Amino acid sequence: MSNIGSYEDRYKNFDWKISEQELEYGKDGQYNIGYYCSDRICEKGLGSKPALIWEGFTGEVKKYTYDDIRAYSNTTAKFLQDQGVKPGDRVCLFMDKIPELYICFLGILKMGAIAQPLFSAFGEESLITRLDDAKTKAVLTTRKHAGKVRRIRKDLPELATIIIVDADDKPLNAGEAAFAMEKLPRVEKFDIVKVTPETASVLHYTSGTTGKPKGAQHVHNSLVAQYITAKWVLDLKADDIYWCTADPGWVTGTSYGIIGPWSNGVTQVVLDAGFSAQNWYAFIERMKVTMWYSAPTAIRMLMKEGFDTVKKNDLSSLRHLASVGEPLNAEAVIWSEKAFGQPFYDTFWQTETGAMMICNYPGMKVKPGSMGKPFPGITASVVNPKTYEPVDKPGTVGLIAFRPGWPSMMRAYWNNKETYDGKFKNGWYLSGDRSSIDADGYYWFVGRDDDVINTAGHLVGPFEIESALLEHPAVAESAAVGKPDPINMEVVKAFIALKPGFTPSSDLEMEIMNFIRKKLSPLAMPQEIEFMASMPKTRSGKIMRRMLRAKEWGEEIGDISTLEND
Amino acid sequence: MSDEIKKMIIEYVKKEYLDEDSDQEVKEDTKLISSGIVDSFSMVSLKTYLEKKFQIKLPDEDATPEAFDSVNNIIELIKRFGVQV
Repeated sequence: MSNIGSYEDRYKNFDWKISEQELEYGKDGQYNIGYYCSDRICEKGLGSKPALIWEGFTGEVKKYTYDDIRAYSNTTAKFLQDQGVKPGDRVCLFMDKIPELYICFLGILKMGAIAQPLFSAFGEESLITRLDDAKTKAVLTTRKHAGKVRRIRKDLPELATIIIVDADDKPLNAGEAAFAMEKLPRVEKFDIVKVTPETASVLHYTSGTTGKPKGAQHVHNSLVAQYITAKWVLDLKADDIYWCTADPGWVTGTSYGIIGPWSNGVTQVVLDAGFSAQNWYAFIERMKVTMWYSAPTAIRMLMKEGFDTVKKNDLSSLRHLASVGEPLNAEAVIWSEKAFGQPFYDTFWQTETGAMMICNYPGMKVKPGSMGKPFPGITASVVNPKTYEPVDKPGTVGLIAFRPGWPSMMRAYWNNKETYDGKFKNGWYLSGDRSSIDADGYYWFVGRDDDVINTAGHLVGPFEIESALLEHPAVAESAAVGKPDPINMEVVKAFIALKPGFTPSSDLEMEIMNFIRKKLSPLAMPQEIEFMASMPKTRSGKIMRRMLRAKEWGEEIGDISTLEND
Repeated sequence: MSDEIKKMIIEYVKKEYLDEDSDQEVKEDTKLISSGIVDSFSMVSLKTYLEKKFQIKLPDEDATPEAFDSVNNIIELIKRFGVQV
């Protein structure tokens, strides 16, 4: 029997109080996520239960019980206090998927600061944009990534401390501190900072079509949604071994790679290694993974390796699979049924929503390729893009919209009220994604409503790429668009007009690719570059990015009446 | 010849994929993909480099994470496509 039972009954009779009651939310005035993910589980007598089993790429394994993560997050919280970090300060986590990333996240929350996780593959420009916007006070990082932070530090006057978690005996610079989480005395008792449900907790940056990335600011109340969605959608149970493949540099990795499983008292496993189908299957067998939450890009990469690779390992421990990040195509759902004896259940949500919104549920019929139905407590609709009124005919494409008020909804874009306010129309939060609803109430994803590129489940802003391209000495003009890709859904393609004196060549193409990879991130790197003599522009001189995108997708180019005369 | 090519690829990996302040060593059997030195997106730029350097075309189905997981594996891959090593 699944945790959710009958989806229809749950949807009809739902109240977020169900989650609050299970969590004993607010008992003794406690609302801090850090408490609910560690201390509370220990208070329930599960202190000796494994919370995290971590495996590195060399095969090294580390195990942490709930009592360990409770004490080590206390140690982190106290250390940050001693460093002068105050409640409300932004503390960035910039590291690979090592145990400190998961445990320090709780420590930051316990001392009342705001956790700001950033993807460790970000280049200097991506980093500086996000750290400057958040006025980040401290960065927790490793020797491997410290160089990038050190080189931009001069431009970040608010950054008081760089904390290296694996410094060992290596020399540090002024304004740096070493934090060996497991070597310091365990802090058994720590006065967790009392917060309210509306106190800021996590800041996740996400990209838009224009302007700088926006910091979606969440609050401790998000726990109420993350706990119950992890329980009902991921179907997490006491004896599960749960594997979320997402990196906590992104929202899935914190909502369902830390808060969801640990507030449910579940054992989770982490593999800190690059993708390899053989290694992934061997890891599932070795760890006896029962619940696996992954992404369509990874599933399509597994499909590419074929059934023979699947058969090399015993994957019979798997009992439930789910997916997030981009639409899961019907072929992948059908393939997973053949490969693993069960489908991947697609889930739809965003950085801004903080928790799952439209999902396929255990026990509910899966229509391969569909996003599923709204989670209980979520009022969702597809609205007309002009009137913002719900469409009334099944199959009509419109904007996916949600009635505000669910617990994990972002409460602000950091320092960006105007953009935040623009996300709400006619009483709806507009997701920026388009879909239709069929006669049975299932949602069917169509695409983005803007130029943001969804590559391997991560949103990349074309403006960021274009701005960075213009910093290359050979580039006069540029446009970045998403190009269809069978594995990643979209990859970045750049159109470039060169400055006089430069000529297109494969050398220059590679140089520009690497320039963007290092400056922004591997996700933002154009996988293809097309050199053009000049860019298509409107009469007012604006590059027609949408026209270039339409060409890549084989779509109608649309109205070109405003195109500049050559 | 083999040692020269290995050295050339190692130098390229160090220059392009390691942080300039990194003290990490790269040898011919160092794990590149599974260690995270080269991620799946960056594999495209490494593939482009190999194709350009050795004037070959590496089909997507052969450019797997395993085939790129060490300099030794890369040598084996390019040998299959006619590069004299």
